[in-house]
Amino acid sequence: MTDTDKKTTRAKAGISRRAVLKSGAAAAAASAFPAPMLWAQNIKDITIVHVGQSYSTIPNIAEQANKDLDFKVEMQTAPDLTTQVNRMLSQPKSLDVTDVGNTSLKYYVGRGFLQPMHVNEYKYWDKTVPLFTTGTYPSGEAYSMQGYAPIKAQYYTGPDAKEYSPTPTEWLVGMPLYYNADTLGIRPDLIGRPIESWAELLNPEFAGKVALQDGTGVGVPDAAMALEAMGDLTYVDKGNMTKAEIDATIDKLIEYKRAGHFRSFWTNFDQSVQLMASGEVVLQSMWSPAVTEVRTRGIECKYNGMKEGYRGWYIMMMPMAHLDGLKRECAIEYMNWYNSGWAGAFISRQGFYNSVPENVVPHMTENEYGYWYEGKPATEDILNPFGKVMEKAGVVRDGGSLWDRMGNIGIWNTLMDEDRYLVRRWQDFLAA
Amino acid sequence: MDMNVPPKVASWMQVAPMAFVFVTMTLVPLGIILVVSFLDYDFAQVFPELYLGSWTDALFSQLTMDLYLTVFRFLAITWTITFLLGFWLAYFLVFHVRSNGIRIALLAAAAILFWTPGPIRMVSWVPLLGKEGLVNDTLVALGLIDAPLDWLLYSQFAVVLAYINLLTLAMLGPITHSMAKIPRSLIQAAQDQGASEWQIVRDVIFPLCKPGIAIGTIFICTAVLGDFFIVKIMSGGQTNTPANAIATELAAFQYPPAAAKSVMLLVVVVIMVSIMLRFVDIRKELRR
Repeated sequence: MTDTDKKTTRAKAGISRRAVLKSGAAAAAASAFPAPMLWAQNIKDITIVHVGQSYSTIPNIAEQANKDLDFKVEMQTAPDLTTQVNRMLSQPKSLDVTDVGNTSLKYYVGRGFLQPMHVNEYKYWDKTVPLFTTGTYPSGEAYSMQGYAPIKAQYYTGPDAKEYSPTPTEWLVGMPLYYNADTLGIRPDLIGRPIESWAELLNPEFAGKVALQDGTGVGVPDAAMALEAMGDLTYVDKGNMTKAEIDATIDKLIEYKRAGHFRSFWTNFDQSVQLMASGEVVLQSMWSPAVTEVRTRGIECKYNGMKEGYRGWYIMMMPMAHLDGLKRECAIEYMNWYNSGWAGAFISRQGFYNSVPENVVPHMTENEYGYWYEGKPATEDILNPFGKVMEKAGVVRDGGSLWDRMGNIGIWNTLMDEDRYLVRRWQDFLAA
Repeated sequence: MDMNVPPKVASWMQVAPMAFVFVTMTLVPLGIILVVSFLDYDFAQVFPELYLGSWTDALFSQLTMDLYLTVFRFLAITWTITFLLGFWLAYFLVFHVRSNGIRIALLAAAAILFWTPGPIRMVSWVPLLGKEGLVNDTLVALGLIDAPLDWLLYSQFAVVLAYINLLTLAMLGPITHSMAKIPRSLIQAAQDQGASEWQIVRDVIFPLCKPGIAIGTIFICTAVLGDFFIVKIMSGGQTNTPANAIATELAAFQYPPAAAKSVMLLVVVVIMVSIMLRFVDIRKELRR
């Protein structure tokens, strides 16, 4: 009897709190209210479904989340971006939280699939790197606007989430999660000299030994960086080309393809690792975890920056539009947890940077943080997130510290306005 | 209880479940695809406005010519080689292998390939055909070539090789089935008349195998025309076929052009299969 009374009282308290929050996020904004305390009793039956890809929905992280949080977290991995986007567009209610790269955002904005997060709901906005908060490097200098730069899709104009605002507002499109500076993966043992420019991708010396990521989101920007570095073409914005620029780029690429310059185009992580590890290619566009994986197999693989800059990308986490009430609170709590350090440290060991480096520090050893973020030489062996040795002591991270790399972005991953035309011309390239 | 149902109604009732499934699961979605192919589109959205660009591009562009030329070339080479392999292997199995047990064992052996999952089969081509793979190493060690051959993998050669690897059984099976149905008395009669082995094959066996060959051909046609996965993996993403074009457009969420190309591909496949069906009376084959 007494128990039921207690439960009822608590439930009533929960309802009234919920009602207050439901009366609009404006109320939260006005009162600068921290995330409300979640009663274990109410929320232990709630499951938050997080859908993402293989680099973010890792079982180890789900395990830790379920340990630290009182509600259940279920992670589902989409095998590729197409599947993830299709799921979000056709079954938005089947997931609660998702993380997407900036390049997919154009598919969602203004269509009611996602909802904004208010700045005050995110505990670590003030500690977030300025790449996302102000659109600048820490020095205050604005970064490259080529491609889909973070600041172009970080803020909404208002809570209706219809349009982006290029200047800071209170409404976040999403919580910045990971970012990195990508460059070319290199097999130094098969090349024998340092590679320092994107132009080397198209160097006849490497004909038949070069690979690009398949597709227009990454393969084309990489190719554009190479073509511009060689002086063959000039662009206004490599990340958002005009029809004429697209034609010029594709025609040049067709020439190289017919000459047998490209060994292969890879579509997933495993293929890129296999191409590099087997020696089929000596130079290719690559992701950081793939470089880590090749090194873990005992094969030399370098990932240093080119003088024209890196290719930057970032991923944000956002709540789906259908969430409200207690479930929404749990989702926000989960998102805050994700950036609170443990998950960030785990993924940093794959080479990605977390958007709140301060939170990651207590979860990494001084050696690890020094290697991954500060560009210092490793004082002991560096392990990958699953415990295998990937780097011996004394090695410095390719490219140096966080700001050596993220401070030199030549282009951001992109989804161009002329995407339709680009895809059509990409077909011509593939058929050539 | 005997129901006195008129024969026509009885036939409709028997056909009704299948008809329902066919209409709702096949015809309706096809209809939707056809409608979508005429609509305008933007980033992962389709607008209810008429737009004929997808069709004019699908029907009249140079790209379409290139795509179909490539896939028909693949089809021709694959069909020829799988037919030759399938026919002669079937002939050996049916007419030269005495024991039924060994025949079945050998047929099962031909299917060993499919005991491994698809992705592993795809991945294992690299250590075999790669620049530092088994084939190249052997050829270099034997002194037959100076430098590794790079056209063994990530090329159109590799695509056709994978097709042959995968689809020979599809030819072997139906042809074996057809050959096994040939009454031995026919062969004996031909031998009594003094026919040589080659004449028997040409005049007796081959004509009677036509249904099996046609069925095998239908398998090969649908498999090759509808495949995009093998083409993508084995050619290193550097060859385009109609199915690949559709896959690329779907990955870019451009539904109307993908829909137009799909309808076109479907029409082509249906025409080819209809032609094949002139050579085989399916009902007779299934009656056995």
